[in-house]
Amino acid sequence: MIDNINLLILAPYLNIQLLLDGLFIGAIFVLAAYGLALVWGVMNVKNLAQGDFVIMGGYIAWQVGVWGINPLFGLPVAIVFMFGFGWAIYYLVIRYVIERDLFTSLLATFGLALVISQVLNLLFGPEVQIVDSGFAVRSIPILGGEITVSEIKFLSFLMAAALAAAVVLFMKNSRMGQAIRATAQDARAAKVMGIDTERVYAFTFALNAAICGAAGVLIAMIWNIQPFYGMTHSIRSFVIVTAAGFGNIPGVIMAGLGLGVAEQFSGFVLGAEFQQATVVGLLVLVLIWRQIQSSRHRQAVI
Amino acid sequence: MSKSMSLIASVASGVALAGLVAAAPAAAKVEGDTIILGSAISLTGKYATNGIHAKNGYELAIKRVNEMGGVKIGGKSYKLKATYYDDESTPARGAQLAERLIKQDGVQYMLGPYSSGMTKAIAPVSEKYKIPMVEAEGASRSLFTQGYKYLFAVLSTSEQYLASTITLAAEWAKKNGRKPQDLKIALVFENDPFSQDVRAGVLDDMKKYGMKAVIDDKMPRDLADISATLTKVKALKVDMLIASGHSKGAATAARQIKEMKVSVPIIAMTHCEAAKVIKKFGDSTNGFLCPTQWAETMSYEDKYFGTAGDYDKLFKATYEGYKNVPYQAAQASAAVLVWKEAFEKANSLDKDKVRDAISSIEMNTFYGDIKFSPAGNNIAKPMALRQIQNGKLNVVSPAKWAVSSFQPRK
Amino acid sequence: MKEHSKHLVPGLVILVFGVAAPFLFPNYVFQFAILWLMITFALTWDTMGGQMGYNSLGNIVFFGVGMYVSALIQVGLYYDIGDYTAAYGAIKVDYTMEQYFTGLILGLIAAGLFAVVVAVAFGSIVFGLRGPYFAIGTLGVALAAGELIGAWDWVGAGSGISMPVYPGDPDDRALLYYFLLFVLGVATFLFLMCLYSTRFGLAINAIRDDEEKAEAMGIHTKRHKTVAWSISAFFLGISGGVFGNMAGFIEPLEVAFPTVTFGIFMVVMSLLGGKGTLWGPVLGATLFHIVKEVTWTQLLGWQWVVLGLLIIINVVFFQQGIIGWAQDKWPERFGIVVEEDAGGLTDQETAEVLTGKGAG
Repeated sequence: MIDNINLLILAPYLNIQLLLDGLFIGAIFVLAAYGLALVWGVMNVKNLAQGDFVIMGGYIAWQVGVWGINPLFGLPVAIVFMFGFGWAIYYLVIRYVIERDLFTSLLATFGLALVISQVLNLLFGPEVQIVDSGFAVRSIPILGGEITVSEIKFLSFLMAAALAAAVVLFMKNSRMGQAIRATAQDARAAKVMGIDTERVYAFTFALNAAICGAAGVLIAMIWNIQPFYGMTHSIRSFVIVTAAGFGNIPGVIMAGLGLGVAEQFSGFVLGAEFQQATVVGLLVLVLIWRQIQSSRHRQAVI
Repeated sequence: MSKSMSLIASVASGVALAGLVAAAPAAAKVEGDTIILGSAISLTGKYATNGIHAKNGYELAIKRVNEMGGVKIGGKSYKLKATYYDDESTPARGAQLAERLIKQDGVQYMLGPYSSGMTKAIAPVSEKYKIPMVEAEGASRSLFTQGYKYLFAVLSTSEQYLASTITLAAEWAKKNGRKPQDLKIALVFENDPFSQDVRAGVLDDMKKYGMKAVIDDKMPRDLADISATLTKVKALKVDMLIASGHSKGAATAARQIKEMKVSVPIIAMTHCEAAKVIKKFGDSTNGFLCPTQWAETMSYEDKYFGTAGDYDKLFKATYEGYKNVPYQAAQASAAVLVWKEAFEKANSLDKDKVRDAISSIEMNTFYGDIKFSPAGNNIAKPMALRQIQNGKLNVVSPAKWAVSSFQPRK
Repeated sequence: MKEHSKHLVPGLVILVFGVAAPFLFPNYVFQFAILWLMITFALTWDTMGGQMGYNSLGNIVFFGVGMYVSALIQVGLYYDIGDYTAAYGAIKVDYTMEQYFTGLILGLIAAGLFAVVVAVAFGSIVFGLRGPYFAIGTLGVALAAGELIGAWDWVGAGSGISMPVYPGDPDDRALLYYFLLFVLGVATFLFLMCLYSTRFGLAINAIRDDEEKAEAMGIHTKRHKTVAWSISAFFLGISGGVFGNMAGFIEPLEVAFPTVTFGIFMVVMSLLGGKGTLWGPVLGATLFHIVKEVTWTQLLGWQWVVLGLLIIINVVFFQQGIIGWAQDKWPERFGIVVEEDAGGLTDQETAEVLTGKGAG
C-alpha cells in the first residue's frame, strides 16, 4: 500500500491517468444517479432496478453492434426503447407502489431487478459481452510519463454531459418539465391546478429508464456488460444520490464524478479487490454523516 | 391471536409439508434401460458461462455414446441420461442439490459441477454416501489430499496451469542476459478458490527461481474493472503479467489490456478460449499465453469422437457460437466416456464395483490419456500451454505437441 | 396479558411432526433441516422488520459472522488458523468425536455471542437511519462485510475454509444437524412468543407505529432497538454456525454472506406469511421453502424470474401476507374487536399498557 502511494508521488502523471479514468466513468454514473434522483424526488420511488435498466441499455448497444451497425447508433434506439419500457413498467408495477410505504418500492423494484437480470441471462447468455465502437486509443505524453486515453471514453464523457444538459433544459423549459417539477413540489396542488399527475409520474419513470438506457450504451462501449452486473450500478446510484440528496443536481454531478475517481484511486492504492468495498464503505460513511447532521438538526428543533 | 388462526397456520403447514414429500420425484439410478447420471451445474450466477460449456460437453458425449449403441452391461444395452440441477454458482446450494440427487432421486453415479469451489462443496457429500463422482472441472490440489475414495478427476490439477509459463519466462530472461529473479512479475487473480489455488502454484514456481511479485492484486468482486491494477503494471514497467479469473476475469483483462495499451512482453492468463478473447479483441491478444487442459491440435484419439480435431469439428457443428472449443467442454465429454468404459469394465451397475473399475481404468481418449492416482487425479495427461499467434492458438509447450515456439509480445 | 395456551395444539402438532419427520422421511432430512433454518430466518427478520418496523436488508451479516466465528473456533482449537487457510484446504482434518463436539459446541456458543457483539456495534451505526436509508444502509454493511472477509487472508479470503468433517456415520451427521436446526427454530419461536407478550413486545410495536411518540411516552427507543436486534443476531449467529458445518465448505461471498439469496429470502418469507405476526413468518417460510424445493430445481434458470415475480406480486398486491389477509377477512376469529388494522393488539390497548406501566 505504501509502495503504491510512493509510486503516485514519484510518477505524478499516474494521478492524471487515474483522475481521467475516474472522471470518464464517473460521468456515466452521474447519468444513472440523476435518473434515480428524479424518480426519488418526484414520486418517492427508490428504484433498485436502476442498474438493470443500465445493463438493458448496454445489451441494446450490443445487439445493434451484432447487426453490424456502429453501437453509437444504439443510443437513440436505447433511449426510445427504454422510454417505452419504463412507461410499461410504470403501469404494470410502479403505479401501485407510489402511495405506499418506503420499503415497498425498494423491495418491489428489487424483484424487478431479479426478473430483468435473469431474462437478460436467458436471452443473451451469461457471457461477459463487449461492444466495440471502433475508435482509437491515444497516448498522450504528460508530466514525464505517458497516459492513454481511448477516444470513446472521451466521446462518451461528452455525450453524457450533453444528455445531462438536455434533460436539465427540458426540466426547466418544457411544459412537461414544469409539470414534473410542480408535481414534485406538491402533488395535490399540482392536481388541483389541472396537471394529470398520473401521466407526469409515468413520464418521469419512462424518462428515468431512457436516461439509464443511454448510460448503458455508454457503459457497454467503455466497460463490460453482463446480465448480473446491474446490482453494482444500482448501489452506486444510491450512494451518489444519498450523498448528494435528491433535488440537488450539482451535488449529484460532484458526487458521481467523485465516486468514479475514488474507485480508481482506491483500486490503485489498496488493490482492485477493495474497489467495491470502497463504494459501500463510502455509502455507510455518508449515511453516518447524515445521521450526525440530522441529530443536530433534531436538537436544534427541540 | 387466537386458536383458529394458529390452527389455520399449523394445518396449512402440515398439508404443505406433506406436499413436499409427495411431490418429489421417485426416480432411481436406472430407469428401464437408461442409466441416470446426476450433476449439479452452474446455469446461473458467476460460473454460468463455463457451467454451460461443461453441460454442452456432457450432453455431446452422452449423445455420442447413445448413438454408438449405448453402454453394454451383461449383454444388455443401456442408454445414458443426465439429470441436471442449477447450483446457482453457490457452494452451499451445490451441496444441498448433491444431497438431493443422491437421497431423493436415487442417483448412484455423479458427474462433477463447474469450478474448484463447487467441487469442494459437493465432494464431501458424494464421498459420505459412497457415490462415485467423475468430475472434469475441479482442479484445486486440495481436492486430492483429503483421502477421497469416490472422487475422480480427468483434468490436471491447478498448480500445473501456469507452472510452465514461469519456466518460459525464466528462459526468456536468461536469453536476454537477465537474471530470472530480476524479472518484474505482476499477479492479478480472482478471489475464488480456483484462481487463488492457481496463484499458490505460481508463487511456488516463482520461488524456485527466486522471483518475487511486484504486484499481487485480487480482482474486484464483479470482475468488471482492473484498470487501476493495469495502471500500476504500466507504471512499474512489468516484464510479466499473470491473470486468472475464469471467463469474466479473462474478458475484462483482455479488454483493458487492449484499451490501455499495456505492452508487457509476457502475458499469461487462464480461460482465454472459454472467454473467446480472440474473437472479441482480435490482434491485441497476440502473444497471450493460455494454459489449456486440451487442444484440438493434439494427437489424441479414441473410438468415440476420433481425433481431438474431429471432436473440435463435431462440437462446433453441434453448438453455435464457438470459434474455439473450450477445454472445459472437452474434459466434460471425457468424464462421460470414463463412466461408459467403467460400466463396461465392471460389467455391473453396482456402484462399488463401478468405482473399483474407475480407479483401475487406463484409457486413451480424444482428450488425453486417463489413469487415476490413488488420490483420484488424472496422472496420465499433462497440461499444455498455447500462445495466441496471429489470431491462432498455437501450442508452444510441452515440446511433444509444440507447433510453434514462444515469442514475447511486441 | 394473553396466555400461551392457545398455541398449544398447533405447537404440539408441529413438535411431534418435527421430531418424527427425519425418521418418517429419512431421505428428506436435509430439506427438512433447511426448512427449520428458513423458519429461523423469517422469525428473526420479523422481530426487526415486522414487530419493530425496521426493514433490514443486512441481517445476513449475523449469519455470516456466526458461521465464520464457529469455523475459526472449530479449526483454531487444534490447528493454527493461518497455516490451515494458507494450505487452501489441503490439510485433512481428522477429529475424534470428542474433539469434534468440543469444537462444535464452543463454536456455536461463540457464534451466537459474537453475533450479538456485532449487532450492538452495527446498531450504533445504523439505528439513526430511518425508512429506506435504514434498508440501504444495512444492505451496504452486509455487502461490505462479505468484501472485507473476502480480502482477509488469515481467514482464507475468497478461498474459504473447509470445515472439519464429522467423524461418524453420514446418516448420524444428517440427524445431528437436523436436530440442531430443529431445536434452534423451536427455541427461537418460543423465545419470541414469550417476548412479544411482554411489555418489551409492546414497546417495539410502539416504535413501529410511531417512534417519536413512543420516545415521548418514555420508551428508551435506542435501547429497545439494540436489544431486539441483538436477539435476532443471537439466533441468526448460531444458525450460521450450524449451516456452515452442514455445508462443509464455507467462503465469504456465496456461502457466508449471501445477501441477495438468503438475505432477501428472509424478507420475502415474512412478507408472504404476514409480517408483524407470530405465525406469519413460520407459515411464509414453510410455504416458500416447499414451493421452492418442489419447483425450483425443475426451472433451470427460470427460477429467478419466478422469484422476482413472486416478490413483486407479494409486496405490491399482497403485502399483508396470508395471515394479515385472513385477519382482514375474518377479524372476529382473531379476537380483534375494535379496529381491523391492528396487528394483534389495537393501538388503544398498546397505549394503555404502555402508559399504565410506563408511569409506574
